Amino acid sequence: MSAVRSVVGGVGELLVTAGVLVLLFLAWQLWWTDVVADRAQGRTTEALLEQWDADAGLATEAPDAPQQQPQPQQQAQAQQQDSAVLAALPGEALAVMRVPAFGADWVRPVLAGTGTAVLRQGVGHYDGAVLPGEVGNFAVAGHRTTYGAPFNPIADLVVDDAVVVETPGEYHVYRVTGSEIVRPSDVEVIAPVPNRPGEEPTQAFLTMTSCHPMFSARERFVVHALLESSTPREAGPPAVLAAVGGAG
Amino acid sequence: MYGALWRVLPGPLVLRLLMLLLLALAAVAACFVWVFPTVAPYLPFNEITVEDTAP
Repeated sequence: MSAVRSVVGGVGELLVTAGVLVLLFLAWQLWWTDVVADRAQGRTTEALLEQWDADAGLATEAPDAPQQQPQPQQQAQAQQQDSAVLAALPGEALAVMRVPAFGADWVRPVLAGTGTAVLRQGVGHYDGAVLPGEVGNFAVAGHRTTYGAPFNPIADLVVDDAVVVETPGEYHVYRVTGSEIVRPSDVEVIAPVPNRPGEEPTQAFLTMTSCHPMFSARERFVVHALLESSTPREAGPPAVLAAVGGAG
Repeated sequence: MYGALWRVLPGPLVLRLLMLLLLALAAVAACFVWVFPTVAPYLPFNEITVEDTAP
């Protein structure tokens, strides 16, 4: 009789332990991953911007750095810097993304690759997609829930909302042209011309993908945008950023 | 299971409670740092990319 009791008791303890573990997992996934990722992504962005400023000789803390005068070839140099990131390793930061519609303080790093580990660290740049500002599709993926949830408010984007992508040399302002909900296998949304695979691009597109519905893998939420303007970084942040006070 | 653990722990009540607390914290930390990050990719609610999953 006491053997039965101890077996039943043991099973009960196991079940309670399993329940506690599931709750702990939820706490980790829904809360802790956000805490860690927000911190890490903030650090990445800061370090990246500081480094770019230093590279451009704009850093105020580095008076020893040779001051570069704005020159015509500055633009060409910026282009060169941009293509240098082509060789970025997975997880390497290659751009900084700002979406005024997500809030003035919404700033996220864009990292090379869309692997699980990369997407925990920021917005992921699809392998093979063009770089910001280039003709083709600058395709990125971001978490809508958990791991900092960079694209959490993605469904709120409406046509004409600005998406600003900052590279070592330039600010690129994209304007949202529309959104759609697709199946996870619909890779044509990130084709060089979105939804027209095989077609030769003549414009610079941006495509953002995230999960849909939230906390589900059933579909993907996709937002398309088109390049409106590219300005040199030393000319300062574009007006769309200044308007929300999120410049910097 | 937990009864056996309680009997194995030495010392007075306060000390045992303290050790239990430490053990629980260690277990939670191990879950947060190693177990959950390993398990998470196998769960279905973190997929955000479009991929070619053709057969």
